[in-house]
Amino acid sequence: MRDVAVIGIGITKFGELWERSFRDIGIEAGIKAIGDSGISGADIDALYIGNMSAGAFVNQEHVASLIADYVGLAQTSHVPATRIEAAGASGAVAFREAFLSIASGMHDIVVVGGAEKMTDIGDELANSVQAMAIDQEWETVFGATYASLHAMMARAHMERYGTTREQLAMVSVINHRHGALNPDAQFRREINIDTVLRSGMVADPLRVFDMCPLSDGAATVVLASADIAEKFTDKPVKIKGIGQASDTISLHDRRDITTMDATVYAAKRAYDMAGIKPEDVDFAEVYDSSTISEIMAIEDLGFFDKGKGGKAAEDEKIALGGEIPVNTSGGLKSRGHPVGATGVAQIVEIVKQLRGEADKRQVEGAKIGLAHAIGGTGGTAVVSILEAMR
Amino acid sequence: MNMPRFWREISGRYNLIGSRCGNCGEYFFPKRDICPKCHRKSMGKMESVKFSGTGKVISYSIVHDPHPAYSDMRPYVMAIIELDEGPKLTSQIVDCEPEDVHTGMRVKATFRKLAEDGKEGVIFYGYKFKPE
Repeated sequence: MRDVAVIGIGITKFGELWERSFRDIGIEAGIKAIGDSGISGADIDALYIGNMSAGAFVNQEHVASLIADYVGLAQTSHVPATRIEAAGASGAVAFREAFLSIASGMHDIVVVGGAEKMTDIGDELANSVQAMAIDQEWETVFGATYASLHAMMARAHMERYGTTREQLAMVSVINHRHGALNPDAQFRREINIDTVLRSGMVADPLRVFDMCPLSDGAATVVLASADIAEKFTDKPVKIKGIGQASDTISLHDRRDITTMDATVYAAKRAYDMAGIKPEDVDFAEVYDSSTISEIMAIEDLGFFDKGKGGKAAEDEKIALGGEIPVNTSGGLKSRGHPVGATGVAQIVEIVKQLRGEADKRQVEGAKIGLAHAIGGTGGTAVVSILEAMR
Repeated sequence: MNMPRFWREISGRYNLIGSRCGNCGEYFFPKRDICPKCHRKSMGKMESVKFSGTGKVISYSIVHDPHPAYSDMRPYVMAIIELDEGPKLTSQIVDCEPEDVHTGMRVKATFRKLAEDGKEGVIFYGYKFKPE
């Protein structure tokens, strides 16, 4: 298997981009990444697009063809373009498929985009579309919402490990603090614990500020076989390890709702491939679709012992300047969560940090970064470990 | 949700019919065609079973911001319930104050209206749980 490197990154502003279409943002991120990478269109062998639900959000399917067309790759080079859907992990799974296509020797240079346009429809409908990632026949029909399932995880974690309501709030506080430093973030305002605790109740014990927003946005990365990466960039970033895993689609069928086994297995695969341990990771982008999902992630990834994630948030071990900075981009909560884009946006942040281009949110001495994405409530997980090649 | 899509799942939603693996004896709800533990050995050996409908609360949430079809009932309690035979499912808990629900609480299934498909559409029925 060949080594693979990231040679270019591009991202749009995340937020409610009413004046911009799905096509506009997909193209913007793509052009930025291709520009950043130093390649030209003729060098591209394939295109992968992570997208959860363009059909429901903007009435458009077949979006890989659409994006290939408008980035100018359909009519001349006729590159294969493939759309990947894995709910919130769509972008991350697309990234892994692109990695595999190069590692296998099939392709040399591949572009991976992630995009979602969620604000062309009303919030109620958008929430219902997002909830399609949970089991429609055995969860949704009985009245379960995405937030209520996270709330059940939170309650179980609180009752078993003593995680407090304030500790959950700290996750949101830290992510907003980081997001305020990210010019591309949706919410660039610091908040405090009271902001979270006074926000409206969504599904007890979780409130509005525990949950990630609805967002528009797109992100793109360009991958190349490591042996040719330096022809295009002087700052290639190697994909050192990557793992994907599945679990039951319904939360109730899980072995334990305070752990996401998909994360545990994806992480083990990624760590084994990279030949490293959790303590070797300098910083991470993890999937904080809710505050409890970040706490579970930092435990399941091995950064903290099971049950100690809440305390780690309280002690700011996951803040910039802490033991292991998490979600320096602002995470899903503050940077925003255009579902299909998130997995790719996480890679963009990791690469910025490893290149030393993260400006005010730069992690000092960042050498190894980890990205973690989840589909649904944990039915899919992808963990990627990246390292600067020089 | 359209009518055939609901109708197809009536045996599970009305009568709590699930499966038992004829190879290892493990119970499943809803029905499964293959046992995730026995794989090939369970092929053709999955039997239909009706569950007793009693169990306990594993975790729960009080929903304040539901899907519009459920907004008449809010706030309502969603829970993960472990049936006495072993399988777990997601259901509302009714016939008690939300504040009285707690982890470990004993509950039993009851047949209720779940939601309406608009003002003139089909009414969906199925299980909810209440204190035992």
